[in-house]
Amino acid sequence: MPSLRAEELSLSIAGRRLCDKLSVTLHPSENWVILGANGSGKTTLLHTFAGLRSPDGGRVYIDETAIHRMTSRQRAQHIGVLFQDPETAFPATVHETVMTGRYPHLDRWRWESKEDYRAVDMALAAVGMEGMTQRPLATLSGGERRRVEIAALLTQDAPICLLDEPTNHLDLRHQIHILELLADRARRSGHFNISVLHDVNLATRFGTHAILLFDNGEYLHGSLSEVLNRANLERLYHCRLREIRDEGTGWFLPM
Amino acid sequence: MLMSRRPLIMLILLVAAPMTIWFALIQGSLDIGAAQLWQSLRGNADHATAYQVIHELRLPRALSAFAVGGLLALSGALLQVLLRNPLADPYVLGISGGAAVAALLSMLGGLGIGWIRGNAFLGALASMMLVFGLSRLGAAWTHNRLLLTGVVMAAGWGALISLILALAPSAQVQSMLFWLIGDMSYSTQPGMALLALMGGLAVSLWLARALNLLLRGENTTAALGENPVYLRFVIYLVASLLTAMAVTLAGSVGFVGLVIPHLLRLLGGSDHRFLLPACVLLGGGFLTVADTLARSWTAPVPLPVGVITALLGVPVFLFLLVRSR
Repeated sequence: MPSLRAEELSLSIAGRRLCDKLSVTLHPSENWVILGANGSGKTTLLHTFAGLRSPDGGRVYIDETAIHRMTSRQRAQHIGVLFQDPETAFPATVHETVMTGRYPHLDRWRWESKEDYRAVDMALAAVGMEGMTQRPLATLSGGERRRVEIAALLTQDAPICLLDEPTNHLDLRHQIHILELLADRARRSGHFNISVLHDVNLATRFGTHAILLFDNGEYLHGSLSEVLNRANLERLYHCRLREIRDEGTGWFLPM
Repeated sequence: MLMSRRPLIMLILLVAAPMTIWFALIQGSLDIGAAQLWQSLRGNADHATAYQVIHELRLPRALSAFAVGGLLALSGALLQVLLRNPLADPYVLGISGGAAVAALLSMLGGLGIGWIRGNAFLGALASMMLVFGLSRLGAAWTHNRLLLTGVVMAAGWGALISLILALAPSAQVQSMLFWLIGDMSYSTQPGMALLALMGGLAVSLWLARALNLLLRGENTTAALGENPVYLRFVIYLVASLLTAMAVTLAGSVGFVGLVIPHLLRLLGGSDHRFLLPACVLLGGGFLTVADTLARSWTAPVPLPVGVITALLGVPVFLFLLVRSR
């Protein structure tokens, strides 16, 4: 059962403190959400969880192994990352792109097997891109490219998924569909997600736990019902919010 | 679609490559029949002239051309990934410029072909280290920074080349121009280049799957378990050495390194396990044919091979590009 534990994690960028001595443990079957204002350090925190960036202080552990002691290949077998923006499109097809997700599972000289092809087909079907496998990336719309990136992440099949604004470029239907898909994934035993989201209402609908990153390195974390209330969110975003209660759930709108 | 086409393309290339060598061996002012050529190749020296022409002139030149074509195409494919820029070719980072300046200065000083080669290689290495060192000064090493440094260095070398051409006595200008366009008339020792080609291909194949990741960007490469900084350093080193080797042997033959990788991407997709060996075969075969035409088309007046590569390649590539839409 993998867990991810941050121990006294301190992060700063260009001399600005983003979070100060953050300690938190993330367990399987949890669907975490990171919320914060622009520039509050959400992406930096996510990259630190992924082991792609070393913190200014503290450590990140996967189970009981410090993440910087894992080889990059071991890390890639445990953690999948969806980046905020895909980098430039070099000529490649949808299928080729999604197949790169299998990289951590294949030896250097082994070609992809039938199972790998099946994994790609299933991932593409899951994000509704099954008809476009041979399309060059350059011919896709922003939302379609986003779904290709998500399919590549699903193909990687890592127990821990770190997602930076997974709903970027997606229309309403696909936002819900993708977040549902990811939430289902997090419910599987041994799996969990951490997503950076900007939409508080999507966070309330799909998340189970949240980390709130305030200014000056302060933070709050806990189950969604504990931390996601109007007072905290107003402090987080520096704006007044209206809370609308509907069948027991609170929805937040900026005033 | 693209994937299922790959084995066929590979097979065609594997068959075609020896045929281009055969074509190069059979073409020339001395008429050598197929049977006689086969005998000579098998070491039968009954016909002394034919044997000599094959073993001392045509075979070394054909193999040189093949090696240079392979080196350039492979290096071009690697640099296009490294710089994430489909317009990159082996000369974009100024390596050939450094080699050219050294070679032209050697010609100006009246040095022999051996010295010209040696100095060209040193010039290429110097340019490679200069670009690498300068692009790392100060800020973080990004592909755009590397590209900018290389392009500016290339422009600098270009100015020096023009200066040398302007000052050189007119008797030497023609041989200098041939060198700059790319010419294989003096390429008689393919051994080193072939070794470099095989070494380069081996290293590139070792990295081929990791290069597929690099197409998706540095962050994704790191997240999927490869170190992009190390990867890029190795590619830069390998691509530069391959280019240096090619330029040393044949001057700056244009076009091969830019277009062969593109053509193969259009035909078979961008999986580097397919692309890199295919580049070696197609680039090698293409330059072998081009060089044979260069020495036989307007015989006895030889043409620089760089002219032929462009004349042959441009229409073929444009045709494929238009059709691929």
